[in-house]
Amino acid sequence: MPELEAVIGLEIHVQLSTRSKMFCGCEVSFGDEPNTHTCPICLAHPGVLPVPNEEAIRSALKIGMALDCEIAPRSIFHRKNYFYPDNPKAYQISQYDIPICGPGRLGDIRITRAHLEEDAAKTIHVGESGRIHGSAASLVDFNRGGTPLVEIVTEPDLRGAAEAADWARLLRETVRQLGVSDVNMEEGSLRVDANVSVRPAGSSELGTKTELKNMNSFRFLQRGIEAELERQREVIGAGGTVEQETLHFDPATGDLTSLRSKEEAHDYRYFPEPDLVAIAPTQAMLAEARESLPELPAARIARYEGELRLDPEQAKRFAAEPDLSDYFEAVLDAAGAGAGPGPDGIEPRVIANWVSGDLIAALRAADKADEDFRDPTVPPAALAALAKLVAAKTISHGSGRKVLTVLVEQGGDPQEIIEREGLAQMGGSDGELAGIVAAAIEADPAAAEQIRSGNGKAIGAIVGAVMRETKGRADGGEVNRLIREQLGL
Amino acid sequence: MIDREQVLHVARLARLRLDDAEVETMAGELSGILEHVDRIADLDLEGVEPTSHVVHLENVLRADRPWTSLPPAVALASAPEPFDGAFRVPSPQADAD
Amino acid sequence: MSDLLDLTVAEAAAKIAAGEVSAEEYGDAWRAAAATDDLNAYLWTADHASSLEPDWKGAGESAPAGEGEATPYGSNAPAPADSGPLAGVPIAVKDIFTTQGIPTTAGSRILEGYRPPYTATAVRKLAAAGAQVLGKTNMDEFAMGSSNENSGYGPVLNPWDRGRVPGGSSGGSAAAVAGGLAPAALGTDTGGSIRQPASLCGIVGLKPTYGAISRFGMIAFASSLDQCGPLTRDVADAALLLGVLEGKDPLDSTSVGLDAGVSLPTREDLAGLRFGVPKEIGAAALDPGVRAVFEATIARIEELGGAVAEVALPHAEHGISAYYVIAPAEASSNLARYDGVRYGMRVNGDEDLIEMYESTRSQGFGAEVKRRIMLGTYALSSGYYEAYYGQAQKVRTRIAGDFDAAFEDVDFVVTPTSPSVAFGLGEKTADPLAMYLNDFFTVPMSLAGIPAISIPAGLAAPEGAGDGAAPMPVGFQIAAPAFGEQKLLEAAHALEGALGFAAAAGDAVPWKGGARA
Ligand SMILES: [Mg+2]
Ligand SMILES: [Zn+2]
Repeated sequence: MPELEAVIGLEIHVQLSTRSKMFCGCEVSFGDEPNTHTCPICLAHPGVLPVPNEEAIRSALKIGMALDCEIAPRSIFHRKNYFYPDNPKAYQISQYDIPICGPGRLGDIRITRAHLEEDAAKTIHVGESGRIHGSAASLVDFNRGGTPLVEIVTEPDLRGAAEAADWARLLRETVRQLGVSDVNMEEGSLRVDANVSVRPAGSSELGTKTELKNMNSFRFLQRGIEAELERQREVIGAGGTVEQETLHFDPATGDLTSLRSKEEAHDYRYFPEPDLVAIAPTQAMLAEARESLPELPAARIARYEGELRLDPEQAKRFAAEPDLSDYFEAVLDAAGAGAGPGPDGIEPRVIANWVSGDLIAALRAADKADEDFRDPTVPPAALAALAKLVAAKTISHGSGRKVLTVLVEQGGDPQEIIEREGLAQMGGSDGELAGIVAAAIEADPAAAEQIRSGNGKAIGAIVGAVMRETKGRADGGEVNRLIREQLGL
Repeated sequence: MIDREQVLHVARLARLRLDDAEVETMAGELSGILEHVDRIADLDLEGVEPTSHVVHLENVLRADRPWTSLPPAVALASAPEPFDGAFRVPSPQADAD
Repeated sequence: MSDLLDLTVAEAAAKIAAGEVSAEEYGDAWRAAAATDDLNAYLWTADHASSLEPDWKGAGESAPAGEGEATPYGSNAPAPADSGPLAGVPIAVKDIFTTQGIPTTAGSRILEGYRPPYTATAVRKLAAAGAQVLGKTNMDEFAMGSSNENSGYGPVLNPWDRGRVPGGSSGGSAAAVAGGLAPAALGTDTGGSIRQPASLCGIVGLKPTYGAISRFGMIAFASSLDQCGPLTRDVADAALLLGVLEGKDPLDSTSVGLDAGVSLPTREDLAGLRFGVPKEIGAAALDPGVRAVFEATIARIEELGGAVAEVALPHAEHGISAYYVIAPAEASSNLARYDGVRYGMRVNGDEDLIEMYESTRSQGFGAEVKRRIMLGTYALSSGYYEAYYGQAQKVRTRIAGDFDAAFEDVDFVVTPTSPSVAFGLGEKTADPLAMYLNDFFTVPMSLAGIPAISIPAGLAAPEGAGDGAAPMPVGFQIAAPAFGEQKLLEAAHALEGALGFAAAAGDAVPWKGGARA
């Protein structure tokens, strides 16, 4: 029995954060009183017509460009016909054979398409409450109905649950930085469904897939896929076959329950929406969308790992925090460390450590964990200067941290702080350090003897004594050198 | 040319219920109409662009400016079964959305 | 008083503007006339207004103040009677147009008692021009029919002969104007629904270019074909109303309007104009009486200096086939919203959802509507789309191409409007296909989206009717290239003058007291 590899594709619905709905002027809202944002159009009264929201088109173009999609020169809307109480026209206006965004990619995962459509209303199941007789009832709230959505579909390129969740996080971060959606999974402004199947490793055929729905966090997405992969492997392991079905994830129990399939297979009877004209993005529309694109996470990660030789974890962290990341680059410039070792031989990695390590720690210690790096407490120039002083061994790293704490709490100029606090490092140049070393050797003849007779470890005792005496202002390497020198080694 | 089964299938898609008599007449009438319609099936229209619309406009869009929505009382004024500010419907027995 | 009712809309509007006639007096005269409706032409008239509770009111008042942004809200209240080209003129409105707070059913039981929270753009434009809604006229359910026998509220009678149909689907509007119950009316035309009833009732019916008038608030039958237009006593009134109604509407993405606007036609001759007669008419099934009137009218065109030539519309004969795929397909989707959830009829609301859907729709819709929903659903269903909907759309391309080619050589294409005069009530109800063939001459223009007008051209005895049978009106259809409305109206006006239909028909014309006697 060959090992079964996972084959996973994702379908992501992104709710756009436009002010008004996709095809009418009702406000896009969340959590308001039911049916307070409706009009004849989003209630599908007789005679109404849709008119597309230009901001939704702009957002779809941005998403398409961020995902390297081919933008369709001319795309049209279709009607997807099905009856359901949350679908007031009994058809959803969506895109079918000509989506606004064609094939693209994000990271290593190929995007099949991204298209515009309208969201359904909310149906709340209320059992028999308030009904004299008759079957259980549901209440329909049309506030959400007609909210613009972009549906993004990937190729089945993902090979594991963790990989799928990671990629989904990257997509979320990418869309978030475009500023076109809140991408909040709990509130449903980002909905990720997974198409999951397994196949013998190396095979090129696709196995029968199941569709996983309702995983409203990345953790659940991963757990849901893991559970389903395990189930499918067991089924096949036991000689059975996986059947195509839609599975509903229950966050409470983590179980996947099969949704009872409708009494007849869906036949959506798609046809071109006769109430709408084609979308043919003009050069101006395309240029406007392109110019508004920030540098996106995938690009930042590549640049930081490549040009700046940061390690992957650090690159990912910066990419997920564009403000911190921009601050880091400002410090880099101030230190003249642009790419690779700067004039003072300072490595971008070193600056990155100061920013993502020492600075964040100092801010936390000062209750400034929620620092807004667009208006930083420590000016990039100050941190750059400090980093250079440490790199030049003017002060030790330990003293550097003390200076940083002062910079965070009171601000000021690193050089002045060093003088004020007397933190300047004792170099070998003046005799002071040599004197202290000589005194320490004299104070511990036993250790000195052991060192002479080749016991390297013994040097620690004398170094320690010197450090205590100098309150850490001395450089460990220099102290070692002086001890050996004075012992004639 | 369109039989009982097809009529019943289409009726289900269209959410119409037809009694046996209606199914019979419907099958007969639709067959008669489709027989006439089928004349176009014989036309050779290879490569002819389909016309779904005669207006040749593009990018007719609306500025993203919210308008005042209906007062809920008006939105629900025609509802067959308003309840608690919402539209009440029998629960769908099949899938929860 | 009755002489007030003999004025055309243009005449009355002029007299009201000049202060020779008071708007109140004129309006009262028409409301009184409408109240005598014994043709079942009206489903609602202005004197019912008192019976309305105001629970819909908030809608209009909730329209954004001062934003200048187009919204779906707006009342039916006319502009001050001393302003606007239609100041003080009451107009009958087909019940397919939404009117805020006024019952709107589209002739269907499924919308019985429904009062929309908003008003159709076309009606708002009439109101803004100073007109009042005189009443809502009866129609074939959801505009599906050619005889008005498909109304959920009973058939409309033809004022020329109450044993006969007025045509459809705008049969109530046509009967109201012809029967002296309204000075003019609004209708809609998807495959002939303005032109054919105008023809059968001896009045003028104009279907403008698709997109000339907003469809917002016009309850959809077949969205890519539906178009609003006027039914009037004469061509000048049709021009007057078109001028008020046309225009691009921010609430209708597919609306275009008429750039040049519309002026009242003045032309008296046809010199230099070329009229094309489709050679296919020779072989077409056509009542002899209708053919005779058509040929006589062609002769008049030549007398007026018009040139008549033969043109070919080789694909027109497939118009009916394409139309009866495309229109039902779009209708099957447009009518899916009548599901008993948000407004209108609900049956078995205590059963499960599917049961409620099916009971509501099966009881709410009439036989013809169900037939077309079934036909359209079938044509779109998987496995049949290409063979039916796809193929029909290609035929549509061909038919539009035939007209383009014809308009290379001629200014207009002319045909009889309908193959026969008004037929007897119940005569064709048993055979849907025979009924559909009424649209043979009108459907091709709808598929091509071009403007066409039907003007009364003469009288003819119904086929197979005894000698005693009253002669019935015969319509003459003139079609022009897209957005050629002004030229079309000028030609129709000149021909109308030469034909002098109303004068020739004399006292047989119902609005000259026939209906009011
Ligand atoms: Mg979708
Ligand atoms: Zn709305």
